[in-house]
Amino acid sequence: MITEPVISLVNAVLFILLAPLAGGLIAGIDRKVTARMQGRVGPPVLQPFYDVGKLFEKENMVVTVTQHFYVLSYLVFMIVAGALFFSGGDMLLVIFAFTLSHIFLVLGAYASYSPYSHIGAERELIQIIAYEPMIIFTAVGMYMVTQSFNVSAIVNSGIPIILYLPGVFIGYLIVLTIKLRKSPFDLSTSHHAHQEIVKGVTTDFSGSNLGKIEIAHWYEYVFLLGVVYLFFGFSPVIAVAAIIIAYFLEILIDNTISRVKWQLTLRSAWLIAGTLGIVNLGVLYYLKGVIMP
Amino acid sequence: MNDLVFLIGFPVIVALLMLLVKDKIRNYIVIISAIALGIASLYLLIIYFNKNTVFFDIPFEPTSKIMFIIEILLAVYILYLGITFKKYFTVALILLQAGLLLFLEMGLIPGIEPVNNLFIDQLSIIMAMIIGIIGSLICVYALGYMETYHNRHADIKDRRKLFFFILFIFLSAMFGIVFSNNLIWVFFFWEITTICSFVLIGYSRTPEATNNAFLALSMNLLGGVAFIAALIYIAIMDPSGKLFGLDSLISSGYALAIVPAVLICFAGITKAALMPFSSWLVGAMVAPTPVSALLHSSTMVKAGVYIIVRFAPVLALTTEGFIIAMVGAVTFLLASGIAISQSNAKKVLAYSTIANLGLIVACAGVGTYNLMWVAILLIIFHAIAKSLLFLCVGTVENRIGSKNIEDMGGLIVRMPKIAMMMFIGMAGMFLAPFGMVISKWAAIEAFITAPFGLIFIAILAFGGSFTVFYWSKWMGKIISVMRHQEVVEDTVKKEKWAVLYILTGLVVGVCLAFPLISTYLIEPFIMNIYGVTTRLSQANFAIMIMMICLLLIMPFSMLFYRTGSKHVSPYMGGRTMESEMRFSGTFGTMRELSLSNYYMEKYFGEDKVFYIGTLLCWGLLLIAGIILAGVVL
Repeated sequence: MITEPVISLVNAVLFILLAPLAGGLIAGIDRKVTARMQGRVGPPVLQPFYDVGKLFEKENMVVTVTQHFYVLSYLVFMIVAGALFFSGGDMLLVIFAFTLSHIFLVLGAYASYSPYSHIGAERELIQIIAYEPMIIFTAVGMYMVTQSFNVSAIVNSGIPIILYLPGVFIGYLIVLTIKLRKSPFDLSTSHHAHQEIVKGVTTDFSGSNLGKIEIAHWYEYVFLLGVVYLFFGFSPVIAVAAIIIAYFLEILIDNTISRVKWQLTLRSAWLIAGTLGIVNLGVLYYLKGVIMP
Repeated sequence: MNDLVFLIGFPVIVALLMLLVKDKIRNYIVIISAIALGIASLYLLIIYFNKNTVFFDIPFEPTSKIMFIIEILLAVYILYLGITFKKYFTVALILLQAGLLLFLEMGLIPGIEPVNNLFIDQLSIIMAMIIGIIGSLICVYALGYMETYHNRHADIKDRRKLFFFILFIFLSAMFGIVFSNNLIWVFFFWEITTICSFVLIGYSRTPEATNNAFLALSMNLLGGVAFIAALIYIAIMDPSGKLFGLDSLISSGYALAIVPAVLICFAGITKAALMPFSSWLVGAMVAPTPVSALLHSSTMVKAGVYIIVRFAPVLALTTEGFIIAMVGAVTFLLASGIAISQSNAKKVLAYSTIANLGLIVACAGVGTYNLMWVAILLIIFHAIAKSLLFLCVGTVENRIGSKNIEDMGGLIVRMPKIAMMMFIGMAGMFLAPFGMVISKWAAIEAFITAPFGLIFIAILAFGGSFTVFYWSKWMGKIISVMRHQEVVEDTVKKEKWAVLYILTGLVVGVCLAFPLISTYLIEPFIMNIYGVTTRLSQANFAIMIMMICLLLIMPFSMLFYRTGSKHVSPYMGGRTMESEMRFSGTFGTMRELSLSNYYMEKYFGEDKVFYIGTLLCWGLLLIAGIILAGVVL
């Protein structure tokens, strides 16, 4: 008989092993679709893997050795957050581990005393504080619907969470744009080559460190899309479809909207969290007895 | 019983010695008595941790007579100072307070004979540990700090005898507050802490220090007036004097207890420097840094939140409690915001303290059992991390001559050990899996089941992200590596290092020991009051501990990377760099590279946000006052 802890452990291990593959593929497809939208042929779907493989062959160049420490911590805690999520752990704990890992990336950028990575770090921080409230509201909303913060309980609840949390879902999609580093919110570093602050947070990372940051992004993609799955957890088919549509929307927004300033990013993210998020939760809170079983 | 009397009395004896002895001997006495106080509070823990509430029957008279005489003498002293410095608001308050006190002592109290005047329970033990260990560590640290302070500020008269006298009186009064079951005694010690902080804030006697000292004094006297009004109300409602016992008042039910509870919580709000009274704590940072450390971590403000936590069972699920909680929550949100706009390190720490006290009061004001658990956790974690941070900032200030965060760039190169300690202290304040985040997490889980909890969760989510912002950018400043800087920390004294190491160890240690603290101290305490208790689930405990271990292991990866990397200059857009962080600008000039953090003055400017906070919190307090008046009439 397979017990619950064993399943959790297996899920965590599967995440650690497979998430980079899935994340890399997503990144590859992303680039392909983006290229098509821009009327280009685009790189092969496996291009992200080639890129990262090459990064690891590069000479090891640093501004300060502490960068190694910060990047490694970023990657490790990103994996911890994701593994906790997929093993069915506490959503809030996952969010805190997720924040911790990002703080390490920011610190890594601060560590090198370059104006480009410094501004990148400040902007990355602004992004963190822009999205964090909405992510917490997402977890709180899931609790209000399923009476649990545990991912396993949320996904096994069989409740169509999306019907109770439409506002929260839209809010989440908007902060997802920040998290996926998509325009209009790709302030701190961008996939596009035209940044006034060069590569922002990642300016002073090269070689294997940059490779690790890429891999951490792949883990992050899988985790973030996993949260989208939770909204549709009652039906895996719909959930996968929702993930594909959501991601396609993100690419479309990325290619059609130009970047905004940090002020607008912060204001819009907080406005969304403050209106859509809180109103949705408020309605749920006061109608607890009416619309919920 | 002797142990409690020892903890209250011993610091008084040390304090008196401080008035007599000189530098060398003072150092020995302070270190020895700090060790004694630390051991005594640990002893307390060992003896009483499994005994729930124990009462001690210290005779009410003549102790109260002596207290009364001291209070009147102090009032005369304050009156004299107030008139000398032309602070007529303070004069008015002290006259009002003295009048009320005389009315109470002469008119109402004679004849009553309260028993069970001292007590100890788990909350008292926790507070005693904070005072006995952290408080006395700060006293030891102050030895070295004050020496350097007077070397640097030759214009300020050396009044160290008075300084250390007051420090130890302060500790004694704090022990008095947490061990007294008799509210009249609590009030006596309460007033002593007010006056101690007044003297310490005004230590340098510059006009600014004097003004801020009087500001702190008047705000706390205002709280004192509310406190004494509560005592008079109790004396009138219950002439037998039984309700002066903290335990009987709290268990006497809503109808009797709510008026004194709210009045005393108002006193707590002034002492804990919540908005609209936060300005006294911000002003208090003109004092030497050990004073700030003491006020912010183990004494003074902790007395304020302690008394509110005590009254939480009365406030639980009442409108009055909700309003007090809202004052706390608004303070948490706005003070966290203000901290973003500050570049003065001590001011950032001050606003962070105010914010966290706000959060504690928000939890205690709503007052359900699981929020009470969070409030006590917050008190513990905050005390340790904040004292460490203040002492680190003090040390940095002594070395580099500035407490501006912008001057702390590259601290990791200049003062590597101090920078590491600051890093750990800050991590303790806002990063998982350290204390404050455990508490924040538990707070979200607890608020979600409380009435109107959603409002608090929303405030917590936004305030929490402010917190992340101002700590991270400060952290980034100290860890940015600027090469070719001198190491300047080797002149720091031995005993200072010892204190800093112990506190750093405590920040990490308490996170590891937190399951034990929760199981043996906090949970039984909550069980006693509410009949139910709460805790983090076993699985989550395990994950937290694993994360801490992981965090502790990570730095060792540096050993692995020590060699084999090629060093290059930071990217400067292709500009020619000189070695000392200079680059070639236009027309062949060499320019200094300097980077500065974002402060978002436009959004979080101190004046504007404080103004909003003052309006909101006064409004809330006014509503509470009206409700209270309704209850009384």
